[in-house]
Amino acid sequence: MIEVEIDGKKFQVEPGKMIIEVADQIDSGIGEIPRFCYHKKLSIAANCRMCLVDVEKSGKPLPACATPVTDGMIVRTRSQKAREAQKAVMEFLLINHPLDCPICDQGGECELQDVAMGYGQDISRYNEGKRSVKDKNLGSLVATEMTRCIHCTRCVRFGDEIAGMQELGTIGRGESTEIGTCVERSLVSELSGNIIDLCPVGALTSKPFRFSARAWEMEQAPSIAPHDCVGSNLNLHTLRQKVMRVVPRENESINETWLSDRDRFSYEALSSDERLLQPMIKENDEWLVTDWPTALTLVAEKLGKIAQEQGANKIGALLSPSSTIEEIYLSQKMLRKLGSNNIDHRLQQIDFSAQDSMPFYPGLPMSLEDIETQNTLFLVGSHINHEQPIAGYRVRKAALLGCSVFVLNPADYTFRFPVQDKCIVKPSAMPNVLAEVIKVLLEKGIEEPVAGLRELVNAVQPSEFAHTLAAALLTEGKKTIILGAIAQNHSHAGHIKQLADALAKMTHGHVAFLTAGANSAGAWIAGGIPHRGANKKNLTHPGMNTQQMLEARLSAYLLLNVEPGLDCANPLLANQAMSTAEFVVSISPYFCHKVASYSDVLLPSVPFSETAGTFVNAEGKWQSFKGAVQPQGEARPAWKIIRVLANLLELPEFDYQSCDEVYGELMQKVAENKADSHFSLSIPSYLPQTIVGIERLTEWPIYRADSLVRRAPSLQETVINDSPVARMSLDLANRLQLSADCHVIVKQGEGEAILPVELSDTIPDNTVYIPAGFGLTAELAAPFGAISIERSDS
Amino acid sequence: MSSQEKLSILSQAARAEIDHWLTKYPPEQKRSALLPALHIVQDENGGWLSPELIEGVAHYLGIPPVAAYEVATFYSMYDLQPVGRNKVKVCTSISCMLRGADELLAYMESHLGIKAGETTPDGRITLKKAECLAACGGAPAVMINRNYHENITPEKANELLDDLE
Repeated sequence: MIEVEIDGKKFQVEPGKMIIEVADQIDSGIGEIPRFCYHKKLSIAANCRMCLVDVEKSGKPLPACATPVTDGMIVRTRSQKAREAQKAVMEFLLINHPLDCPICDQGGECELQDVAMGYGQDISRYNEGKRSVKDKNLGSLVATEMTRCIHCTRCVRFGDEIAGMQELGTIGRGESTEIGTCVERSLVSELSGNIIDLCPVGALTSKPFRFSARAWEMEQAPSIAPHDCVGSNLNLHTLRQKVMRVVPRENESINETWLSDRDRFSYEALSSDERLLQPMIKENDEWLVTDWPTALTLVAEKLGKIAQEQGANKIGALLSPSSTIEEIYLSQKMLRKLGSNNIDHRLQQIDFSAQDSMPFYPGLPMSLEDIETQNTLFLVGSHINHEQPIAGYRVRKAALLGCSVFVLNPADYTFRFPVQDKCIVKPSAMPNVLAEVIKVLLEKGIEEPVAGLRELVNAVQPSEFAHTLAAALLTEGKKTIILGAIAQNHSHAGHIKQLADALAKMTHGHVAFLTAGANSAGAWIAGGIPHRGANKKNLTHPGMNTQQMLEARLSAYLLLNVEPGLDCANPLLANQAMSTAEFVVSISPYFCHKVASYSDVLLPSVPFSETAGTFVNAEGKWQSFKGAVQPQGEARPAWKIIRVLANLLELPEFDYQSCDEVYGELMQKVAENKADSHFSLSIPSYLPQTIVGIERLTEWPIYRADSLVRRAPSLQETVINDSPVARMSLDLANRLQLSADCHVIVKQGEGEAILPVELSDTIPDNTVYIPAGFGLTAELAAPFGAISIERSDS
Repeated sequence: MSSQEKLSILSQAARAEIDHWLTKYPPEQKRSALLPALHIVQDENGGWLSPELIEGVAHYLGIPPVAAYEVATFYSMYDLQPVGRNKVKVCTSISCMLRGADELLAYMESHLGIKAGETTPDGRITLKKAECLAACGGAPAVMINRNYHENITPEKANELLDDLE
């Protein structure tokens, strides 16, 4: 420790810290040193010179951001010498900056404006012409006004250091320096919106929010991101009961100061024209607006009648994995009290064979921060940068700290971090690759963790990748196998999970799940699964999972914020099941024409911004939030809708007055009965065969993942959002005599869709990537498995 | 553009020459070869770099395209538009400016009938302003193609320009 004195105050600090870091410490008592280019999360550039301070024994003022403290250093941040230097820099920075604050979106929350108030002069001595810079089109999310740029390069450093892809650069030199892209192109980083927050001036602002409100008019309400299992903390900015924009809320252990574009811009959907604002019932195939008592009484009567006459097991509930834990808990409580265990939130999955050996909830067996301390990470079936952008950033940090990242995927995704080695195979070959690694480990003398494993993997031929990975997994240090969306949604997801468990056991590593939606972990805890009640209560008669419910053609379905054709793994089957059901009730914030075509009652619920609730993230953190604005129209929080429904069904113990009571009841169960998260290792009885012909690969594209994001127009316009295509390798296209400009007929069982061909060298041979989450691809069946493809001449 | 297409924009010869430069740096520091690589590709392309070529070089060195573009736009040795057969660069930085570079440039402009940054209609000469040529001792300095010329007066400039093919 060394001692430095800043503005007369003495500090004991670690050597190597910069003066600005010491002064920025909370409780330092030092007034803020003005700065533009310095940002605590970015490398030091020291190019704006605004933070010049007076250091004793130094002739010239020194930049506080780039001057390390030394023992006995005496710093003055407000002496005459410091002030003069700061004011001089301010004058230079304002020379070319336009005086357009009244029409600038940054006005009122602008670092330049604030600092100019403190250090600028009220008149300029500069009478020459100011320079102007052409604006750049960076796509649908970030608006530019490049004349305002002061070249702090925070946005450039963000791309290079945080996002992991440098998209912006300092183009040109001297007076003609500009911030720009190579050839003018849209940003593709899934974290691009953060440059809006980083920009200290109005050069980079939010395009969707542009000119819609002033910073000082809005109110700020804390909330939790509703899209992925990271549970990023955010603030909703509201004006006159409308969410105007979303900004990150700093939480070092979760999202730090960042926010993914999906979490930042999906708010557009909160005031979508498609919001369902009144309860509706269908009479003679026509939709009639009605009141809550009528609609709810009808639902209660219908459900009650079906339960009584056909049995409660003829009723099933599908829940969005982004529902709050309170909504899920009440839904399962209602359904189970009614006598049915048919409830599931795992809409994208088709193989549930390993569900009994699942932990209390699927997630990270560590904190998000701990990802960074891993020595070896093995991503299986994960497009992590698109599935959970912030978790992808944590993996990037790990990789930069020296962690070896290995990848087993059915497509060669571009990751924002260096990958040590990768194995890209067709989806059906993925379990085999895991078996290969296990075989290498057994050959190296690692003990069989469970009998029968040796026999199971005996026939496989380990590839070079299997040898490299096995060697890496055997080295000392922390290792984790991350199962992503593709691993969980795979047609042999059970095999993948069991083999990954065995692999982890053999190498003293962990298995982590990065699940779909904002609250999959919460859904497991609250009993939103057919085989366990709330708090891992074992059931004697497990209910049906999503796939079974759809195959069984139940008499009644309850949909909680689900659009079956876009959210379910098998949209063809889902739409058929809904169409043939006697009674379908949809509780959703949106009116969807497809859902309306087979529903009997539509009950308007509210999105996360209009209700209290709780999401449990991948690390098991319970994060509650309150509604930031009033429910729109007649829409009501889903927990209230379900509570009243349960009351009308005359089910006991549904007397909740507030969301907190629901939370309390569940929390008490969890606290009382500390759930056992251990499970016994089981192995599959066979290794699945690799499909010989053409097979399908499916992902939910980043901005098609749930009903909210699908209705955010600016995100839909981005270049990284997939369109409905049949993407394949050039080799396969050549063999099928297809070219990039033609269409194909894709056939899958009874399902059929006509899609444009897209060629890509990221897709393995004999594999066709077809995204889910689109009306066009909802005519197809399972996300994986054999498909046939032929040229469409139309 | 597929990665194959991005690479194939560089000729075999250019790639071989870049490979030679790459041996001079540590394998994980391929970025270090960016300056010579841009020169190689520029020379082969008649003295200028197209955005596609810059991207091709970036791809070959495994760096972001914009990082190569930053470098190509920073140095006055790289041209981003088609150029004439000869490049004439007049230093206008401080020492040369004090020794009459502005007048020299104005003279050259009127002599050639073009402005700095332009090429004569016959494609003979491209005239450019240059940032400091590091020849302050002989200011004003002019660089013609790869050669330095110091203490240039309008008369000397006349001679030099007229000698160019």
